[in-house]
Amino acid sequence: MATALRPDPTFYPNPRLAAKAPPETFAYVVAFDPNRAVPDRLAVVDVDPASPGYGRILHETEASTTGDEFHHFGWNACSSHLCPNAPHPHVERRYLLVPGLRSSRIHVFDTKPDPKAPRLVHVIQPEELAERAGYSRPHTVHCGPEGIYVSALGDGAGKGPGGVFLVDPESFAVLGRWELDRGPQYFAYDFWWHLGHDTMVTSEWGTPDMVENGLVPDLILGAEYGRRLHFFDLHKRRHVQEIDFGEKYQLVFELRPAHDPTKAYGFVNCVLSLEDLSSSIWLWHRANGRWAVEKVITIPAEPADPARLPPVLQPFAAVPPLVTDIDLSVDDRFLYVSCWGTGQFLQYDVSDPRSPKLTGELRIGGIVTRAAHPSDPTRPLNGGPQMVEVSRDGRRIYFTNSLYGAVDPQFYPEGIEGWMVKVEADPEGGMRFDPRFFLRWPGPHRPHQIRLEGGDASSDSYCYPS
Amino acid sequence: MSEALAPWLVVAGLGAFHGLNPAMGWLFAVALGLHRGSGRVVAWAMAPIALGHALSVAAAVVAFLALGAVLELSALRKIAGALLLGWAAWVIRRGHPRRVRVGMTTGAAGLVLWSFTMASAHGAGLMLLPALVPICFSGEAVPHLATTTARALLVVLLHSGAMLAVTAAVAFLVYRVVGLAVLRSAWINLDLLWALALAATGLWLLLG
Repeated sequence: MATALRPDPTFYPNPRLAAKAPPETFAYVVAFDPNRAVPDRLAVVDVDPASPGYGRILHETEASTTGDEFHHFGWNACSSHLCPNAPHPHVERRYLLVPGLRSSRIHVFDTKPDPKAPRLVHVIQPEELAERAGYSRPHTVHCGPEGIYVSALGDGAGKGPGGVFLVDPESFAVLGRWELDRGPQYFAYDFWWHLGHDTMVTSEWGTPDMVENGLVPDLILGAEYGRRLHFFDLHKRRHVQEIDFGEKYQLVFELRPAHDPTKAYGFVNCVLSLEDLSSSIWLWHRANGRWAVEKVITIPAEPADPARLPPVLQPFAAVPPLVTDIDLSVDDRFLYVSCWGTGQFLQYDVSDPRSPKLTGELRIGGIVTRAAHPSDPTRPLNGGPQMVEVSRDGRRIYFTNSLYGAVDPQFYPEGIEGWMVKVEADPEGGMRFDPRFFLRWPGPHRPHQIRLEGGDASSDSYCYPS
Repeated sequence: MSEALAPWLVVAGLGAFHGLNPAMGWLFAVALGLHRGSGRVVAWAMAPIALGHALSVAAAVVAFLALGAVLELSALRKIAGALLLGWAAWVIRRGHPRRVRVGMTTGAAGLVLWSFTMASAHGAGLMLLPALVPICFSGEAVPHLATTTARALLVVLLHSGAMLAVTAAVAFLVYRVVGLAVLRSAWINLDLLWALALAATGLWLLLG
C-alpha cells in the first residue's frame, strides 16, 4: 500500500492546474552508445537558469550492461492516478522505466532519495517480458489507470505482432499482454489515450527485422512499413477501428492527444509521403460516432544538390523534412514539430486544431543546412531537431538530435555528434533559442528522449477537464 | 434506549464515513459533471452510486444472516472477525492499480457496477457486521424471520441513505464551491484509516 498521506505533489487533476506547476530545475535524458561498446546512460541535466551548472550534465547513471539502446522512457505513476474510476493518488512519482529498444531489457531507476542522482534498482529481463507478455523490443512507456503501459515492436520471438503490455507500478513485475482483442493491428510503435473517451490510440512502425538494420528502401517504396492508426476501447481492451492513411504514406509515429480529456482529437506525424518526400501532421477526431483523420499540415521536402546528400537521398535531389517527433503543449494550444532532415523546428498555433497556424520557425543542424546554434554561430552542427519536450507551463522547450542508432548513419553517414538545446516560447506565439543553453553531448553517447522534473507535456494524462 | 440506539448510530455513522471517501463515488460524480458540463449529471450519478453501494452492503448482510441461521452466534462472530482481519491485511497489502472496467463514458449500469465493486473491494459491508449482532441477533430467543429481514433491510437503507447524503453533499461542495484544486491537498490517504476500521471491527467481533 502506498504510504504517502497526501497525493504526490506532482499530480494535477487537470491541464490548467498542471500548467501552474513550478518550473523544472533539472531534466532526465537517456543517452545510448551507437557502437554498443559501453553501457547506455540516464543523465541528469541542469536546466535551472540560476544555477552555475546551467546547461550541463549533473550526473549520469549507467545501465547494467551494453547494447540496450535507451529510447523512450517514462514514470511509474503520474497525474492519471487521480482519476475517479481508478484512484491511486498516494502512489509516488518516483521510478523511471527505461526500455532498451534493442536489448528488450527494461531498466528501472529510483529517483529517491536524491532526484539528481538516480539509482538503478531493477532490470526487467527480456525472458520475463517474452514469457509473461509475449513481447520484445519495448518502446514507449506511459503511466495510466491500470499501471504502467509499455508498447513493444515485436512478439517474444522478435517477429510480429507488436503491441502493448502492462507492468506493476510497485513490484515492476510484467503483468501480461494488454490487448484482449487486437483485431487487425499488427505493427506497433507509439500509443496514448483519451481518458475522457475510454479510448487508446496506437500507431505503427514495423517489426524488429524491418527496423533493426535501418530502414529498408524497398519496404518504404512498397509502402510496407506502418501507415495506420488503431483505436481500442481502453477498458474492454478491444480493437474498435483502424484507419489506413493509404499507400502513399509511410511511418505514422508520435501520438499527441489533447490533454483536456473532454476533447476527442489529437495529432500524429507521418514521416514520409512517397509522392513528394513531404512530412505531414494529421488530426484524428471524433465524427458521427467514429474516428476520422484529416491532414492538417504538410511540410515539403527541400531541393538539394545530390553531392551534398547521403546515398539514400541522392536519387531524389531533395532533403525530406523527416518529421520524427511532435509535442503538444499542456494547454493544447501549441504544437511543436521536429524536422530531423531539414533541421527545422516549427511551432504551430493549434487553438483551432483543423487549421494550424505557423507561429515560429528555427533551424539547427540538418542534412544539408548544418545550421549553427547562436552560442557558436560559425560552427556547423549535424543531426537535427528530434525528441522534443515541452515544460508544463509551455514556456520552455528542449530537444536533442539523434533518432535511432541504425537509422542515424543512413541520413548522417559521417556520424551524429550529440547535442541538446533549449528554446524559449512566447505565450502568444514565437520562439527563440536560449543562447546560454547548448549542451554538446559527451561521446560516444547520443542523447534521445528528455523527461522534465515533476512531469512534462508528454508524461501525464488527466481525467478532469480544465 | 441508548443501548438500543447505539448500533443504529454506528450503521449511519459508517455510511457517512464511506460517503466521505473519494473512492466510494463523490469524486466520480464530480468528474462526470465536469465532463458533461452539468450539475444535473452530478445529481444523476448519485442514484447508481448509492445503489451499487447498497447492493454490496446488502450482499454482506445477507451472507451474514444466512450464516447466522445455521451457526451459533459465537462461531459466527469468530468467522466474521477473522474475515475482517484478513480483509484489513489485504487492504494494506494491495494498492497497486488493478483491472479497470468502468471509464468516463459510463452509463448508469456501469456506475452501479463500479460502486458495487469499489464498496466490495473495500469491505464496506463487512464493517457493518458488529452492528448487526445486537440489531438482528438479540432480544427474542428465536428472532422471527420477518423481523430479522425487516431490520436487516433497515440497516442497509439507513447505511446507504447516510452514505448517499454525505456523498451528495461533498460532490456538490467540490463541484460548485471548492473546485478540483482541493484534491491536491485534501485528499488524505484513507486506506490506513480504513484498514484500521476493518481490523478494529474484526477484533471486536472476535473478542467482544
